[in-house]
Parts: sequence; C-alpha cells; structure tokens
Amino acid sequence: MLEIAVEKRLGDFRLDVKVDFEATGIVALFGRSGSGKTSLVNLLAGLLRPDRGRIAVDGRVLFDDARGIDLPPERRRLGYVFQEGRLFPHLTVRDNLLYGRRRVPRAERAGPHFERVGIERVVGLLGIEPLLARRPSDLSGGEKQRVALGRALLAAPRLLLMDEPLAALDQPRKEEVLPFIEALRDELGIPIVYVSHSMEEILRLADTMVLMSEGRAVAHGALEDLTSRLDLRPLTGRYEAGAVISVTVAGLDLTYGLSELRFAGGTLLVPRLAAAIGSQLRLRIRARDVSLALSPPGDISIQNVLPAVVADIGEESGLGPHGGPQSGSGGDPAGGEVRPQVDVRLDLNGVPLWARITRRSLQELALAPGKPVYALIKTSAIDRFSLGRPPGRRFLPPD
Amino acid sequence: MLDPMELEAIELSLRVGAWSVLCSLPFGIAAAWLLARRDFPGKALVDGLVHLPLVLPPVVVGYLLLLTFGRNGPVGHWLEAWFGVTLAFTWQGAALASSVMAFPLMVRAMRLSLEAVDRRLEAAARTLGAGPLSVFATVTLPLMAPGILAGAILAFARSLGEFGATITFVSNIPGETRTLPNALYTYTQQVDGEGPALRLTVIAVVLALLALGASELLARRLKRRLAS
Repeated sequence: MLEIAVEKRLGDFRLDVKVDFEATGIVALFGRSGSGKTSLVNLLAGLLRPDRGRIAVDGRVLFDDARGIDLPPERRRLGYVFQEGRLFPHLTVRDNLLYGRRRVPRAERAGPHFERVGIERVVGLLGIEPLLARRPSDLSGGEKQRVALGRALLAAPRLLLMDEPLAALDQPRKEEVLPFIEALRDELGIPIVYVSHSMEEILRLADTMVLMSEGRAVAHGALEDLTSRLDLRPLTGRYEAGAVISVTVAGLDLTYGLSELRFAGGTLLVPRLAAAIGSQLRLRIRARDVSLALSPPGDISIQNVLPAVVADIGEESGLGPHGGPQSGSGGDPAGGEVRPQVDVRLDLNGVPLWARITRRSLQELALAPGKPVYALIKTSAIDRFSLGRPPGRRFLPPD
Repeated sequence: MLDPMELEAIELSLRVGAWSVLCSLPFGIAAAWLLARRDFPGKALVDGLVHLPLVLPPVVVGYLLLLTFGRNGPVGHWLEAWFGVTLAFTWQGAALASSVMAFPLMVRAMRLSLEAVDRRLEAAARTLGAGPLSVFATVTLPLMAPGILAGAILAFARSLGEFGATITFVSNIPGETRTLPNALYTYTQQVDGEGPALRLTVIAVVLALLALGASELLARRLKRRLAS
C-alpha cells in the first residue's frame, strides 16, 4: 500500500497529491506533461523534499514532516529508472549493475527477495549478458535502458519507480524494451510505479492507473474503469479516447490471416496476432473507430458488427464534475457553441465501449439511453499498438 | 651530459613540484567543491583569497609567507615548537611557496570539471543506496578526474617555474632551495654564466614540454574512458 499526502511548491507550480493505492503489478501514473508526475516520483524517491505531508510504503514511513521523518534516498529502498538511463559512464555495464547490489544493507540480504532477484536471473531476463564488459558509451538507447532497469532491480528495491523509461526511445527501440518490462512484471513480483503520458504503453503494461492533472491526483482505479469514465475524458485524452476491454484469443483463421477474439460482448475479428490460442489480451478500441447502426447492415466490408445498448451520451470533451476541460488541445466549449461530435457509451452485455459519432447522426438515429444498436468496428482499427498482455501470464520470449 | 649542479637543481625542482602538488591536491579539491557546490556567506571572499596569488606580485606572496611561516611568524613558530618543522629557508618551504602560487590554477581547473559533472548521475547513485560521501568517492571524483589531472599538471608546471615567492621566502641556498629558476638566476648574475644559463633554459623548456605531453596523453585516455 502506497500512502501519499504531500504538498510541494515549485515556482508557480503547486503539487498537492493525496492518494492511497495498492502497489501490485504496474501502477501507471498518467497525465499530460507538466501535470506533476515526475515531481511526484522524485518526492517518493527522496530527490525532492515535500513542503509538508507524509509518504509511506507498506506501512514504512519515508517522510512525515509532523514527526520529523525524512529518510534520505539511499535509505528509502526504492528503485528508480530514469528517462535518460543515467548509467555511470566511467563504469562497465557489469559495475553499473552491481553498484546498487553492493550497497544493499545486510539486513535486506537475508530476505528471500534478494536471492530471488539475483544477478544471473536479471541479466538473463533482460538479455544483457553480451553487454557486461562494455561501457555505457558503446550501448544503444534500448540497451542502456535495459541495463538501467537491471541496475535498479539488483539493488533489491521494495518498489520500482520508472519515469517515462521509453520516452527517449524511437518506436523500434520501445518495442525492444517493452517485453522486458512485461517480463519483470510477470516474473519478479516487484511492484512498479510507471510514469507515462502514452496511453499505448500504459494499456500494454498497467493494471491500475493514477490520473494526474495540474499537480493533483484526480482519480485512480482499474484501467478499464478509468478509460470508460466520461468525466475523465479530458484527461485520458481526446484522440486516444476509447474503451479498454479484456479478451481471450479464441481462434485463428489461416485462410484470411485473422485472429478471433472473444469477450462477454461477442467476438471480434482482427488482423492475425502473435498470441497463442487461449491467451488473455487487453484491447483498446478507440471511440473514433466505432460506428453505429440501428439494424445489422448487409453488403458492408466491416467484419465486426456487435449488438449493443446505448448506455449514456456525453460531450466529446467531457464536462464531468471532476475537473473541467483542459486548456490547450481539445479546446473549451466556449459559451453555447455546438460541438460537432458526441461520444456514446455502449453496453455490450456488461462491457463498456465508446463510439464517437456526429451530433447530426445522433439526432437522425434518435439515439437515447436504452436504445438497441449495432456497433461497427473496422478490423484494421485494431493493431499491435492497441494490444496489451495482462499480467499473470508467464513471459514468452519473442520468437 | 649534465653537470652535478644542474642535476641537483633538476632533482630539487621535481621534488619541490611533486610535493607541492601532492600536498595541495586535497585542499584544491575541497576548495573547488566549496566554490562549485556550496553557497555560504563570505563565498566571494574565499573566492578572492584563492585567486589572490594570481594577481599579487610573487614577491609579496613570498614576503607574506615569510611573515606567517618564518621562524618568528605565528604559524611558523607554532609548527617548529610542536612538530619540529621548519619551513623558512628549506625545500619544504619552497614546496609551500609553489603550492600557494599554483593554487588558483589548480582550483580553477578542478572547479570547471566539477561543474561539468552531471548531478543527475549523483542523484541516481543516491537512489541505488550510496550515501553522500560514497557518491562523491565513486561518482563525482572519477567523473572530475580529467579536471583533477589537468589541475595537478598545471600546478606542477607552475611550480617548476616558481621564482619570486620562492626566493623571497626560502632564499637561494645551493642543495636546499636552489631550484631550476633560482639556479638560472644565479648564473645570469655571474660574469661567465651565459653558457650554463642557456643549458638550464633548454632543460626548463624540455621539462615543460614533457609535462604538457604527459598531461595531454593522460587526458586523452581519461576522456576515452568517460565518453558517453
């Protein structure tokens, strides 16, 4: 359990975060740049000092100004993977990996955790064996991040903080590192707080999410719940807006190269996935990729036609009680101006799905809560970037 | 090839230079750290004091040393009474004079390299369980090594050339304080000293070139190791 209640003034910016959450698996800390994600992680790690408040991890108090407690970073036992890696340039990869390992306090070495996350295991898991004798200057960006991950893990942290560890990498490098993070999550059982502003990464890695906005933790909970909440739409992103659903790989159509995914709301056909039949996946379906029809259309190229019921109709930008629309992207619905699009929340046998349609369609189809409709989803709208592997599965090496 | 007097002067100069650098190194690092990393009242004054030998006439520095570290000076008297150490008119005194004169150059080089050390690496080391002292020893010092080396070589070269403060503080005693510059000065005061003076000049130039070459070589090797 992570208990955070901190205030910190940084120039004009005010961070005021109060949130408690269970730290298991990967918890995503999501928000736009400038929302205070990195500052919050620095406060946790002890690299920044809160003006007031309290921080505790599993009952162990790291900071409490009322009781005069402020553990220095080296005694907090939290691992930190930085955006830029921050490997020591004067040390070999091996010595970088062992830097924290050598400094694990005696009392911590006795625990089963220290043994379980050993050097051979971590080196094997991250595939960095061939790099051990090299210097950081000879590594690619993806390799650097893998070594940085290993270095933080080998210090036997109780919690791993990752601050946008993929943000500085290009897409192929990201694809190179992501499976390793998934492997850590599934194999080592160290809770991870993962800072990101990329819904793609979060979808793929995290189970729960803490939403940050303007220095505050606005909401936290399961990924599926938060992404389906209309009032959070301005924060989860307009373009990215959509639903996250859990599916099972049910079959493979070799003739057409399509995978069949099953969930409570029906069956989806998507381009062939590199996933075994029976495996669980998490799928994001963006609202802008879903169309609606009142009857099942014939003579249409769309393969996925799913019966649904209209549950709710909301403004595209969301005007919920929790934080109004953000300035910047999305724009303010300035006094009375009509927005051309609306987001319709659908219920597919209990599973929420979003459809973004024009206001004109809304009226022409006379959509209202309770009305039965058909959701049309293009097969090509679902690609590998909208897929995540939920934890619990054993890590399968790519190949 | 070299006559005994020349050999003596070279040996003495190297000894004085080496001791002067070795003894002032920790102080140089401490001063660089204070000036680069700390803010405290009177920082400008400390900065000024460190740089003073750069702008004062060397004779003034030498005379101030004589007043302070001479047998009757406050520090000199105390040193002799408690440790039996005499600095005035000894080669150890020459090393002190060199240290003081070279100190600004040494601190400057170290301070620049310390300011270039990425503090984010130090923060990363803290999160890996290293305390502040350990971070300094294992991250900061190795990363500022090129600057420490540059400062040391610069100070050594400056020490080989030290003349004004040395002759004022410890005089020009053959075998004790007659360093290369002092010997050269002695020859120029003699009627038939042009020949030996020229030889010493050549020796001084060669020593200076060797020091510069060595520093360049070491710096290159270090830079290759630290390249990121």
